[in-house]
Amino acid sequence: MSLITEATAPPAVGFRVTRSQRNVAWTGVVALAVVVVLALFPYIVYSGTTAILVQAFIVLTLASMWNLLAGYAGLVSVGQQGFLGLGAYFVLIMALHGLSPFAALPIAAIACGVAALPLWWLVSRLRSGYFAIATWVLAATIMLIIERFTSIGGGSGLPLPGLAGLSPTLLTAYTYWAGLAVTVLAMLTVYLLLRSRLGLVLTAIRDDEVAARSSGARVGLARMLVFVVAGIGCGAAGAVLAISQLQVQPEAVFTVTWTAEMAFATIIGGLGTIEGPIIGTAVYMVLQQTLASYNAWYLIILGLVAIVVALFARRGLWGMVDSRLHLRLFPVGYWLRSPNGDGKRGSRRE
Amino acid sequence: MAWVNAIIQGILTGGLYALFACGLSLMFGVMKVVNLAHGDLAVVAGYIAIGIIFVTHVPVLWSVVIVVPIMALIGYVLQRTVIQSALDRGVLTTLIVTLGLSLVIENGLLQFFTANTRGIGPGMTLVTGSFTLGPQIEIGYLLLVIFAVAVAVLLGLQYFLSGSKYGRLIRAVADDKEAAQLAGADYRHVFGIASALALGTVALGGIAYGMYSSLDPTAGTDTILLFAFVAVVIGGLGSLWGTLIGGIVLGVAQQIGAQINISDEVLAGYIVFLAVLVLRPQGLTFRRAQT
Amino acid sequence: MTAPSNGQGPEGTPLLDVRDLTVHHGQLQALDQISVRVYPGEVYAIIGANGAGKSTLLRTIAGLHQPTAGMVVLDGQDVTRFRPERRARQGIVMVPEGRRLFESLSVEENLKVGATYARNGPWTIERVYETFDWMRDRRRQQAAQLSGGEQQTVAIGRALVANPRVLLLDELSLGLAPVVVQRIYAMLPQILQTGLTVLLVEQDVSQALRVASHIHCLLEGRTTLQAKPADVSAEQVEAAYFGLAGPASPAEGMTAGVPLDGSSQPTEGSGSLWPG
Repeated sequence: MSLITEATAPPAVGFRVTRSQRNVAWTGVVALAVVVVLALFPYIVYSGTTAILVQAFIVLTLASMWNLLAGYAGLVSVGQQGFLGLGAYFVLIMALHGLSPFAALPIAAIACGVAALPLWWLVSRLRSGYFAIATWVLAATIMLIIERFTSIGGGSGLPLPGLAGLSPTLLTAYTYWAGLAVTVLAMLTVYLLLRSRLGLVLTAIRDDEVAARSSGARVGLARMLVFVVAGIGCGAAGAVLAISQLQVQPEAVFTVTWTAEMAFATIIGGLGTIEGPIIGTAVYMVLQQTLASYNAWYLIILGLVAIVVALFARRGLWGMVDSRLHLRLFPVGYWLRSPNGDGKRGSRRE
Repeated sequence: MAWVNAIIQGILTGGLYALFACGLSLMFGVMKVVNLAHGDLAVVAGYIAIGIIFVTHVPVLWSVVIVVPIMALIGYVLQRTVIQSALDRGVLTTLIVTLGLSLVIENGLLQFFTANTRGIGPGMTLVTGSFTLGPQIEIGYLLLVIFAVAVAVLLGLQYFLSGSKYGRLIRAVADDKEAAQLAGADYRHVFGIASALALGTVALGGIAYGMYSSLDPTAGTDTILLFAFVAVVIGGLGSLWGTLIGGIVLGVAQQIGAQINISDEVLAGYIVFLAVLVLRPQGLTFRRAQT
Repeated sequence: MTAPSNGQGPEGTPLLDVRDLTVHHGQLQALDQISVRVYPGEVYAIIGANGAGKSTLLRTIAGLHQPTAGMVVLDGQDVTRFRPERRARQGIVMVPEGRRLFESLSVEENLKVGATYARNGPWTIERVYETFDWMRDRRRQQAAQLSGGEQQTVAIGRALVANPRVLLLDELSLGLAPVVVQRIYAMLPQILQTGLTVLLVEQDVSQALRVASHIHCLLEGRTTLQAKPADVSAEQVEAAYFGLAGPASPAEGMTAGVPLDGSSQPTEGSGSLWPG
């Protein structure tokens, strides 16, 4: 009896797995240049512009974090404003005790990371939709607890002390640089995280959780880590917010509108890509600046655009670019190159 | 005695919360989706009722009869169009889309109606009145009526789900929608019916809330959605009567919190929620099968 | 490998006509131009090893999967673009792999759901109770509490009350003890007396051969054998099942092996794997 002769695939000779396309080295150089130019802004542009940019930095940091949570770890959180508020309040508390808010910033961020641990323990067992609202309830609870303490302003908040000594120009510059530093660090962290083994685990989870689990990936641990990192990032953004506003008010920092903004910036730009939040933040800022005087309108339009994008252009604006040009500025995937040189990346579903 | 009064108030408020929650529980049970705009649609119902009363001067209870079916219809249409499209694309998309809806509705209301609160006057002296049960125990008729309505609604839902053709289909689709398709059922239509029920009941809750308290654009999320969710979790995911029990526990916790410190009312409720989350994640009446 | 044809079917239009069906799972081709013709009253069995594409074929016929190419025609009507529920209402009713009962519903409620969109015909819930006598007493019991074999019977009952024109049975034996499988297949003829047309997929070849009027063997998405059980030998089926090069025609095979009509003994030296 002859053996099975049905054709199976020929052995894969000549295939290589590479990390990225050629354009990466250029991206690194360009990114560095951009950061340097941005850092020089306080010397070149008006303070009005730097103020807008600080807002953009905050939103970009938040969007990157939300992207990490939802796009990579599959955690849809509608309560990240809780960490934003915590970060702001940690800075406030330390400033009330004499520490400079700028020095307090990194401490506040770390503190938020620590706070993330018990919060994760509370909500980690819930399923997707319920997890989302639970994080919202947590944020609301944190706000209510904080409002009980009149020493930190109770329901109406307090101005942020410790910055009166600085001249306005210097204050604007320092605030701007703090915002820039936080954003750069946040994006660098996300990039390195996704390139690491954790990143591989996360992508595996995103693509097929059951398969990831069965191949040994510590799904729970990976998700917790992401939750903590996101807590730190959002906390840092909150600290920058406090500094830029020079006051901390509970209703302002704990509003769920922050989640809406970071979620929609991510969706519109492109979930699951590092470049996405950048584009999304840009769109958001444009909308906000053009419609700023129409109070609720930019949120209405933002919501509508997000709905349309989520339904019809799932991969967002960057996704549309990516699928046409196969362009990745921040390479975190792998390319399979056939012997004849054409790369083929595995297809990705939501 | 003030405590007894508080507890009774809490129990009765549970009825209102059950109205908020049963729709949410139903939608999650059937479609595995949380509609983040759930509460906002209740507020819309309230505003429509206010509008109708303002324009036509009909008695308040008439507005209920008009608005609830309209909202149920809106629920069906919304489900068949927007939400089904989102569901087809995954859980994440559904959460984003409903969050977007919530944002649009709230800010739309804010834009056109301002942030002022509005109330729906109960209109009938009977309903505004109250009776005393003992020293310091005063029970408002309105709250009693709301509680009774909630119980009636839950009974109706239970009967519908267990005894009727569509009730059976809803439960079948919730168990296995593909198998239901193989039996000839269009699950999209069944989802629509479940949505209609959910929105009808929450609309009732919204109008009731407008009568009992007052409505403002953010009440949809701040109050209705979050309280509904808390009630569902405390009472047990997947249990219809659990939403009443959860609502009662929430109401009582809030009233006790208010007795301790007037501004701790909402916080007390959330703390109990967190305790339940820690101690018994399935809630107080966890059952594998739905009623 | 050439396959013996089944061109000896009765004249007239087939009840179920699957033409050159090609199905993909993403980039993977699961079925390659499969054609199946089932005439009224036949029991058409599709056999093959795991991954051969049997369940995919059935699911595509039922409408749960869209083919890349090809057609599904029911009694002359092209149903290829119909959604599954529409096909069910037209008369293609499937008993899915793994039973898939509505677990939180009772036995009777499961049957009632099956009857919701039923066509006219001899089958009613009453008749199902008469056919499976244990069911009436347990009809209020929750489906999740039944044993595997009992669940399978209820699943069949749920499909029957819809009065299907073509009944699709997907791997009845899956996850059930052999004794139970035996019992279920034993009652199949009784059900079929009402003139049902059945298309079944089965991994347990001996059971399939016992009830089938036609067998169709798949291997890696391609047809390797199409014949009546009486016309082929054990060796030929085995060869088709495993994709081994073996006797190419019934005539050749007959001398070396035995005709398969479910009651034969293997001859000496045939080396057949089939039990008697």
